[in-house]
Amino acid sequence: MDKTRTKPRGLEAVRFALALLCAKLTVPLLKLTRHNGTNFPGEIAMKICPAFLRYLDKPARLLAITGTNGKTTVTNLLCDTLTKAGCKVLSNRAGSNMYPGVATALLEGVSLFNKCSRDVAVLEIDERSSRLIFPHLTPELMAVTNLFRDSIMRNAHPQFIADFLTRYIPRETKLVLNADDLISAAVSPHNERVYFGIERMATDVTECVNRLNDMRICPKCAGRLEYDYLRYHHIGRVHCVDCGFSSPAYDYAGADASLESMTVTVRDRGGQETYPLFSDSIFNIYNLVTAVAMLREFGMEHAEIKKYLSQVKLVGTRHTDEEVNGVHVINQMAKGLNALACSRAFDYIASQPGKKEILLLMNCLSDERHWSENVCWLYDADFEFLADPDIHIVVTGPRGKDYLLRLKLAGVRDEQIDYERDEFAAADKLYLEPGSSVYLLYGADDSLDLAFRVREKVLKLAREAKR
Amino acid sequence: MTIELLYPEVCNLYGDLMNVEYLARSSGASVIRTGLKDTPRFVAEKIDLVYMGSTTERGQELVRDAFEPWLPALQKRTEEGGVTLLTGNALEIFGDHITDDDGTDIPMLGWFPLRAERHWLGRYNAMYLGKLDDITVVAFKSQFGHAYPTGGDLPAPLFETVRGAGLNPDLPGEGVRIRNLMATYLIGPLLVLTPPFAKYVLKLMGAEDTALAFEKEAMEAYNARVADFTDPKRNFVY
Repeated sequence: MDKTRTKPRGLEAVRFALALLCAKLTVPLLKLTRHNGTNFPGEIAMKICPAFLRYLDKPARLLAITGTNGKTTVTNLLCDTLTKAGCKVLSNRAGSNMYPGVATALLEGVSLFNKCSRDVAVLEIDERSSRLIFPHLTPELMAVTNLFRDSIMRNAHPQFIADFLTRYIPRETKLVLNADDLISAAVSPHNERVYFGIERMATDVTECVNRLNDMRICPKCAGRLEYDYLRYHHIGRVHCVDCGFSSPAYDYAGADASLESMTVTVRDRGGQETYPLFSDSIFNIYNLVTAVAMLREFGMEHAEIKKYLSQVKLVGTRHTDEEVNGVHVINQMAKGLNALACSRAFDYIASQPGKKEILLLMNCLSDERHWSENVCWLYDADFEFLADPDIHIVVTGPRGKDYLLRLKLAGVRDEQIDYERDEFAAADKLYLEPGSSVYLLYGADDSLDLAFRVREKVLKLAREAKR
Repeated sequence: MTIELLYPEVCNLYGDLMNVEYLARSSGASVIRTGLKDTPRFVAEKIDLVYMGSTTERGQELVRDAFEPWLPALQKRTEEGGVTLLTGNALEIFGDHITDDDGTDIPMLGWFPLRAERHWLGRYNAMYLGKLDDITVVAFKSQFGHAYPTGGDLPAPLFETVRGAGLNPDLPGEGVRIRNLMATYLIGPLLVLTPPFAKYVLKLMGAEDTALAFEKEAMEAYNARVADFTDPKRNFVY
């Protein structure tokens, strides 16, 4: 039960009632005008009553998910599993993960008399929005998937975000934390917590090959850290050679992760279960283990989780694969301005068999409309993974010249790269050979529409290609 | 030629390390990586460039503590004309102190007569257009605050600001220049973004006629950025 909720009094009660009424009225209007999924109701409510979220009746159980990467996927997994298990679930997954999106989602569950009819809310929370959301809402459980470098402008560095979360996460919230990420594992040290992680995998290493590693020194004594095993960047198990500090033990251990059988076993004190993987990326194995840990803490049994989780599909906007004329056309979100998300995407693509082509569409279009994208992040991203003769890359968009230079500095050879400023004309530079995979890499939100329109052209070219 | 990269385990944010990589790739210089618990090599050896990049706020304090014994050696090196480049908030480490949001003053090394302000909720993000002699400098700023003089003689600025903020929005000068020591709030791969400045630094290091790695591509990206940054219709502060 949310402990934060209080009843408004006096003028504040009038303001809240008016906010609730106006926000509720906007919902059918938005449906009529086909503007579903916007945050407008929450925005209206906030304007009329800034503490709207505090007074809103909420489901008895509140679950929250934050972190740099994976929070949308984990939110989707939790929502779908709980819904299939018969819970009446509210979520902000159709809207934003900031205050208006959360308010809009919770609004959906209440009547005009502010009575909530749902059992559980699963809320994706933007890390920096925790400052505005958590004074009004106390999750029972909260997962922090990981903390990596994100937008330089907004998030600075992961330690800043960890400190930020520690300042605003309610003391009563139980945390579900990633023991393989020492940055997020240290969030809110006085809160009750459990840890999840993935035991050693065949592909693990002990030395970091990535440009980004934000856990190079011991958080206790600044001494030298040694990795017992390392997956990527700073994700792995570690100990300090100077003071003996080490990563926390797992309460929920992903074990025997296998990309051959596409399964992972999750083991905890109450038992274990083998779950099917919905994707072959390690990132998504973490997302699965995070979701299982959350559902176990929620009170579900392994068998029940497996039954429903196995039926859940990954959302199409993040990874879409279609085969045309022997060419796989794959839309892959790679969050521009986020060096880590791009590095993971590059690593994944490079590890796939056969000939590959990449159309880099990650330019931040909203930045370009107003100023000029800060491209410093390109030099934190592992473009070096693309220096592979089996990969052909087409760079495009307003920052195409920056990508071209970055790729060359990464060791990508001239014959592997083509440049074309116009995104649609860039599609013509693809070879589209049968048996190859074409990855359209695009950022979140602002290049989504463009990516899907370019995809249509690529599919058309593949269909019309003479064999 | 030898470049000494100071404290890469913590001074590694925003792509700053590419500055050293770019100079090394262009000139063939070898790079020495000096950790927090090591004695900097420039103290006893000839080093052509000493470099330190952006770090976290905790990192600033770790670097302050680690570098304090070696500050006199850097000051001596600077008096003798040694080349040093400090980027991002490494500049603040050599200032007098940082005033945190809650009013706490965090002492720094006390070389530059500057006080930095840190505002956790007021991150300043902007493009920067400036001049160094006839070089047009284009780069980015992303920082939690600005620097203000504490009194005494403020060293000459590194860049003259054309658009954007200098050491603070009221100061036209950006950065600090003491002989061949150059400190700037500009972040990231500054030398890649402004290849003429990379050539300038190489010249100071004694490698005047060095061609830059992928100079043609770097200049094309630079020229496009100069056109963007000089376009009066473009906003400058994020």
